[in-house]
Amino acid sequence: MSFDIFLQHLTNGISLGSLYALIAIGYTMVYGILRLINFAHGDIFMMATYFAFYGVITFGVPWYIVFPIVILLTASLGMTLEVAAYRPLRNAPKISIMISAIGASFLLENLAIVIFGGVNKAFPTPEVFTGVVQLGPVSLQKLTFYIPIITVIFLVALLYLINHTKTGMAMRAVSKDHETAGVMGIDVNKTISITFGIGSALAAIGALMWGLKFPQIYPLMGVMPGLKCFIAAVIGGIGNIKGAVLGGFILGVGEIMLVAFLPSDYTGYRDAFAFILLIVVLLFRPTGIMGEKISEKV
Amino acid sequence: MLKIDNLVVAYGGIEALKGISMEVEEGKIITLVGANGAGKSTTLRAIMGLVKPVSGAITYKGSNLLAEKTQNMVRNGIALVPEGRRVFPNLTVLENLKIGAFCRNDEKNIKEDLEWVYHLFPRLKERTWQLAGTLSGGEQQMLAVGRALMSRPKLLMMDEPSLGLAPLVVKEIFNIIKEIHKQGVTILLIEQNANAALHIADIGYVMETGRISLKGTGHELLANQEVKEAYLGKKAK
Repeated sequence: MSFDIFLQHLTNGISLGSLYALIAIGYTMVYGILRLINFAHGDIFMMATYFAFYGVITFGVPWYIVFPIVILLTASLGMTLEVAAYRPLRNAPKISIMISAIGASFLLENLAIVIFGGVNKAFPTPEVFTGVVQLGPVSLQKLTFYIPIITVIFLVALLYLINHTKTGMAMRAVSKDHETAGVMGIDVNKTISITFGIGSALAAIGALMWGLKFPQIYPLMGVMPGLKCFIAAVIGGIGNIKGAVLGGFILGVGEIMLVAFLPSDYTGYRDAFAFILLIVVLLFRPTGIMGEKISEKV
Repeated sequence: MLKIDNLVVAYGGIEALKGISMEVEEGKIITLVGANGAGKSTTLRAIMGLVKPVSGAITYKGSNLLAEKTQNMVRNGIALVPEGRRVFPNLTVLENLKIGAFCRNDEKNIKEDLEWVYHLFPRLKERTWQLAGTLSGGEQQMLAVGRALMSRPKLLMMDEPSLGLAPLVVKEIFNIIKEIHKQGVTILLIEQNANAALHIADIGYVMETGRISLKGTGHELLANQEVKEAYLGKKAK
């Protein structure tokens, strides 16, 4: 295999990895602040694609108006989910809130089947995102080229928000100690809400690009990406945003390379790759690549 | 300034406070001393709204404090230095201090207060960019006090500021408490180190298993035979 083809696969892998990274951040942020695996995150991702579908196809609104609205709608959906399904259980045992998350996931999936129908729908692909760009020896779908750029822009914005703004500082403080954060005058509930909003907005951005890249949408489409991105977050070290990004890229590039370089008989194991990687990481580094050591609070 | 009236707090049926009454007068240093489990921390937690009392009243400047949420206490001028310091280990020293001023928007005054905190604790200035988790216990305690000061409190409540610190550091912390008091901040100090606390206090309360057993000026309590035997060691003066 030539170097050019390797580069071709690498860019594809980075592109897929970017999508995984965007979704994985939502898992890791929510885990960081609530110590909760938000199992409904993949379904929020799915909802975003339907919002876009109805906006563009059914209501015929141009994509550049629909997409920002979809991001806002999805953020509100995530925040509503937190208020309805997780906030009442804030002081309940961890297992209760986890079961609530699984319930929320099933609820969204089945609601989608009832409201949107179980049949696949075609995601709208505006012309701007179709076509091919030639980068030296590598020829790429325009979208494959755009995805990592868009992702990096949002990542930089996110890291700025978290590390250099008052809201970000509040988020970091709440993630360590809810009670003391409250004593400092931080509105803990609002901060948690914002975290869900941001995580869901990033999932929406990922979902829109996912829909453009794989333009088939269906109610259970969030399950597999949701699981994989959860794995990406764990591999990177759950609770750590940079870790989630790293995990996303490892998973994306690894998956594409596996498909590219293994004999075609084995490409069916594509999805298994993520899970095998998860098992290996958990065996040798249970806290993930960039995860902190878990220390019990005294 | 702050008045507690017949306060009862229970944790799952077990009464930690069995009806205590006390008063914090403006401009004074008040201390609450007593053994482990006497209910000192519970009293502070009830004032901050971190535990809901079964009955009783807490009024602050004439208004009912029990109706307020924890997050609004600091806006009312009540700041807490929590037990065990509880600095945010993943934030830098500077960020920890800034979070103390979270509810304030007067950038210029915040800057002044930051300078004041750095003046009180020069060690913190040296470590501005260090993560709070990497500080020593004494430095973390200084940071916890500095963080509380950043809200410009009128009432500063401290829960065991000397716990687990070397004697020299304890002395330093107590000197700082006096210094803060001189700036017009009312102080409610909880201590197991009764000797040190009573020496700087205007009024002291002694707590025993959920009740206040004695009240007096710092010097009266230091001279009290019961207090001497129970908390100071018989030979203490």
